[in-house]
Amino acid sequence: MKIAIASGKGGTGKTTLSTNLASYIAERRICVLSDLDVEEPNSGLFIKAELIHKEDKFKMIPEWEKNKCELCGNCQAVCNFNAVLKMGKMIMVFPELCHGCYACSELCPTDSLPMKQKKMGELKSYKNGNLNFIESKLIIGEEQAVPLIKQTIAYVDDNFGEDVIKIFDSPPGTSCPVIEATRDADFVILVTEPTPFGLHDLKLAVETVKQMRIPFGVVINRHGIGNDSVELYCKEENIAIIATIPNDRLIAETYSQGKLLYPTIPSVKEAVISISEYIENINSQKEGETK
Amino acid sequence: MKEIVVISGKGGTGKTSITASLAYLGGEDLIIADCDVDAADMHLLMAPDFGQSEDFYSGEIAYIDQDACIKCGKCQDVCRFDAIPVIDTQYVVDPLGCEGCGYCARVCPTDAITNSQPKVGEVYVSNVRTGTTMIHARLSIGADNSGKLVAKVKNEAKTLAEKENKIAVLVDGSPGVGCPVVSSLSGASFVILVTEPTVSGLHDLKRVYELVKKFGIKAGCIINKADLNEAVADDVKKFLKEEDIVLLSEIPYNVKFTEAMTNGKTIVEYDEDLGKKISESWTKITDIVGIEI
Repeated sequence: MKIAIASGKGGTGKTTLSTNLASYIAERRICVLSDLDVEEPNSGLFIKAELIHKEDKFKMIPEWEKNKCELCGNCQAVCNFNAVLKMGKMIMVFPELCHGCYACSELCPTDSLPMKQKKMGELKSYKNGNLNFIESKLIIGEEQAVPLIKQTIAYVDDNFGEDVIKIFDSPPGTSCPVIEATRDADFVILVTEPTPFGLHDLKLAVETVKQMRIPFGVVINRHGIGNDSVELYCKEENIAIIATIPNDRLIAETYSQGKLLYPTIPSVKEAVISISEYIENINSQKEGETK
Repeated sequence: MKEIVVISGKGGTGKTSITASLAYLGGEDLIIADCDVDAADMHLLMAPDFGQSEDFYSGEIAYIDQDACIKCGKCQDVCRFDAIPVIDTQYVVDPLGCEGCGYCARVCPTDAITNSQPKVGEVYVSNVRTGTTMIHARLSIGADNSGKLVAKVKNEAKTLAEKENKIAVLVDGSPGVGCPVVSSLSGASFVILVTEPTVSGLHDLKRVYELVKKFGIKAGCIINKADLNEAVADDVKKFLKEEDIVLLSEIPYNVKFTEAMTNGKTIVEYDEDLGKKISESWTKITDIVGIEI
């Protein structure tokens, strides 16, 4: 069972919800939390667990071997990303432009562009009781988050069974990294705030998950600030509001220290319990279907 | 002509609210560029007229002609992005997964696959209520190439600023450290980092500053919600000092930020005390950049 926590707008509380929810669920059953916001991963700041595994993550890029190369220029011709250039008697590869499609490499008549590994980030796996935490971080200067997100999801899939609850803390926005982080999810929780910015970006996020045909619901964070336009929108569009978390300076202060909220703040605990029950419900429905 | 770029690493620090305030203060001397194309919100505070709009096409996307397809599966074999699933016995392209590398079309024995350039968004040139022009965009859902759209918005803004003899382009950048941010930063004269004194805010500030450093751009920092956590605020200031980043101002945690936004106003129009803090930052910024507005 995969739950993606997403939001159009940044800073609405994705990480807060992901870390608190995963920790709460792990009090009773095995749970995996995976931070897919590989550009700016923050979940790890709130999770106290032991590092059990670490691995470098690579993307594949071509490397020119000049010995056999006949300088036919086919590599340049087949690259749609201008990442391979023939310059005089040289073939130049621009790794930051390369999408790793293998076309230049596999279509080279002399095998002169074998694919080689290039480190793009690091994956770390932590454990604390029932809670497993997987985090990947993109190297600064690497522009493409998608390959690392893909590999992180694959790592989670390979190491944890179908029956485990998996929570994915997704990147903000509506472009390719979010799509990659949410496309396999069984359910998406969109975290928003009741402000004009929150509503505007929620609408974009709703369009995105609708296009992917994934069931979803909304959690309103900082409830009480701003106005009621998000609630009205959800009502009109028949979107489930799973829970609300009140606007409270104490929450912001506790968060600022890198602490989990639900152990000390009753309103957050209440929200986390209702979300967790909601998820358990979906999970048992899903298990019913597969049986 | 100068280019001032506002970024934050972490979302929700108040980047757009502060950028809109600076836009208000700079008035008609600036051209505004909203490069946070993923979740563009500047327009909610600037009252744009969406005067001109243009579709933006970029990259490629594959399409399989079912009549010509002999179902050999070669396209699926070579696709590294798992973007050619078989649905109802037909090989089809998943537009959200396709990266547009064109490899499938090159190996198809019957030339059943064609590539077309997808629309990735719309670019707008708008008159805004601060008496100037804003270039902004809307990225199509799930579109690739947001970096290219960011570059398009920025280049349009620069061209216009030069043509109209404006003093600077003010850019609302995107969150994160990936391709849209890299596009936002290229060519900047000065970077404003908006952060908050939370462990996440500091963590993301450090990461995004690593990127800024690679570009060798001078930076200043606005600490928003500065009184939320004194200890972390001290850590932020220590980091700024070590890295020689100018502390532009410390703005206290205040719900008036949200109230102003809810009323479609910038904070400088809405609250005198908070407005003063931002005006002070603006004076420092214009001094450092060497412009008179």
